[in-house]
Amino acid sequence: MMRRQVTAWAKRLRLGRRAIIALPLVWLSLFFLMPFALVLKISLSEAAINVPPYGPLVEYANQTLHVFLNVGNYLFLLSDSYYVAAYWGSIKIAFTATLACLLLGYPMAYAMARAPRRWQLVLMLLVMLPSWTSFLIRIYAWMGILGNSGLINNLLLWLGLIDTPLRMMNTPFAVIIGIVYAYLPFMVLPLYAHLSRLDDSLLEAASDLGSRRFNTFMKVTLPLSTGGIIAGSMLVFIPAVGEFVIPELLGGPDTLMIGKVLWDEFFQNRDWPVASALAMVMLLLLLIPIVWFHRYQSKEMKS
Amino acid sequence: MIAGSRVNFSTVMLVLGLLFLYLPMAVLVVYSFNVSELVTVWAGFSPKWYGALFEDEQILAAVWTSVRVAFFSASMAVCLGTVAAFVMTRFGHFRGKTALSSMVTAPLVMPEVITGLSLLLLFVQMAQLIGWPTDRGMTTIWIAHTTFCSAYVAVVVAARLREVDRSIEEAAMDLGSPPIKTFFSVTLPVISPALAAGWLLAFTLSLDDLVIASFVSGPGANTLPMVVFSSVRMGVSPKINALATLIILAVSLATFIAWYLMRRNENKRRVTLEADAQDAT
Repeated sequence: MMRRQVTAWAKRLRLGRRAIIALPLVWLSLFFLMPFALVLKISLSEAAINVPPYGPLVEYANQTLHVFLNVGNYLFLLSDSYYVAAYWGSIKIAFTATLACLLLGYPMAYAMARAPRRWQLVLMLLVMLPSWTSFLIRIYAWMGILGNSGLINNLLLWLGLIDTPLRMMNTPFAVIIGIVYAYLPFMVLPLYAHLSRLDDSLLEAASDLGSRRFNTFMKVTLPLSTGGIIAGSMLVFIPAVGEFVIPELLGGPDTLMIGKVLWDEFFQNRDWPVASALAMVMLLLLLIPIVWFHRYQSKEMKS
Repeated sequence: MIAGSRVNFSTVMLVLGLLFLYLPMAVLVVYSFNVSELVTVWAGFSPKWYGALFEDEQILAAVWTSVRVAFFSASMAVCLGTVAAFVMTRFGHFRGKTALSSMVTAPLVMPEVITGLSLLLLFVQMAQLIGWPTDRGMTTIWIAHTTFCSAYVAVVVAARLREVDRSIEEAAMDLGSPPIKTFFSVTLPVISPALAAGWLLAFTLSLDDLVIASFVSGPGANTLPMVVFSSVRMGVSPKINALATLIILAVSLATFIAWYLMRRNENKRRVTLEADAQDAT
């Protein structure tokens, strides 16, 4: 009697456990994973004047099943130097911006981790606060600063340092500034998390043993913060490659970036298959960084 | 030597970095009070752009749409994200765990154009297959935002769940409390600050999203970023500066309150600890 009740209990528990696991698993599979299969599918179909604007992959006519796998979209991307240049441009700009973020963010995180305890929370909130306001508006702010009649040019002209306004808007420089500005908090936060965990006694031991400050930094601090450097760099680099808003608002004709090209292909040309193929190739390029970030993240979760 | 003085390289960089983060925002705020339409020439003080902002029906309607979407997305994302975090930290090994943890970290870095495009294609396909959603708008934005926000919530809540002492939960269950009841009466109160933080983060993320919403929205629903974007594309406008100032004010206020509450909690905990220490002696 008792035994049967316990088994029933355990059964119900197992069922409940499965249902709980299923909830996030099913939602994310349906709305995150499955859409990628559809992008792949549509990247292999032909553009058509239709609603939605692409042809079918499988058709049944005259008692034959026709399967159309159109790799033309991919060949088109490879043959047109415009798209190749856009991928290369995105990677170059994202890489430069990530490096700049790291060079500025690392000393910031280092200073935060070394600050007095009661200051650390305030500093962290100060670094994060901008990212909680509007991304769009923060990029918009730079339009008024970098423009030909913008603040910087007005200031330099007024000081007599230049005679004609410097062209800063619509250049790669403006896009890089925008990315660094928008993503800096995401670089500083993981770095700070790692540096603040650093054991002070290790640094003291190094200096007791006669290590110079620079040496201690290179041999102790830097290696122990590698995890933070990887996480921060991936959090900046991966989204920056596909960035649309920043090149759209601050970039110009010589800042071809793939996110903007995809957007135009989709919204202006209404060529869904080519847009899908662009997304698939971008995903392929970013696969290694994403896997790297994931492996680091799950290692972090276990510790 | 410089090493002896308090001013060192990293502190200087921190100050410069903070100036870099805050000066552009300060410029936005200052020029929102400018009389002139030109955002770069100062012509005198006037709050008139705030009046213009509150008369702009399109912006007001967009604010209302965005706030509703963000509220429902954040609420759903907290439910889903908390379940995902709980499953990942408390359920040991199960089939699909790797898949789940990948699907929780990937949205954090996935470029928005890819997420937006893929979700739109899903909605189009679903409409063809099962006839739903018939038209895209707030519901489809809600689904899209819930999906990527729940990943952020899961990360925040999982971090908290890993810190929490599991022995309390185990004690409750040893005393015969069923798992569900243990979760609601023991675990949930302990992780509630993380839930609040996760909800707020999801709310701001949803409120801020332009790219994904643009892909999955239909003609009916315009969120605030979509309206701001179409205005900003035309060039700078003082009305947007006024809007920016209000957003910065609201976020600063919320952050200040959060900081105050956190500090009070910490002080309280320290006082109790000190009192305990005194009792012990």
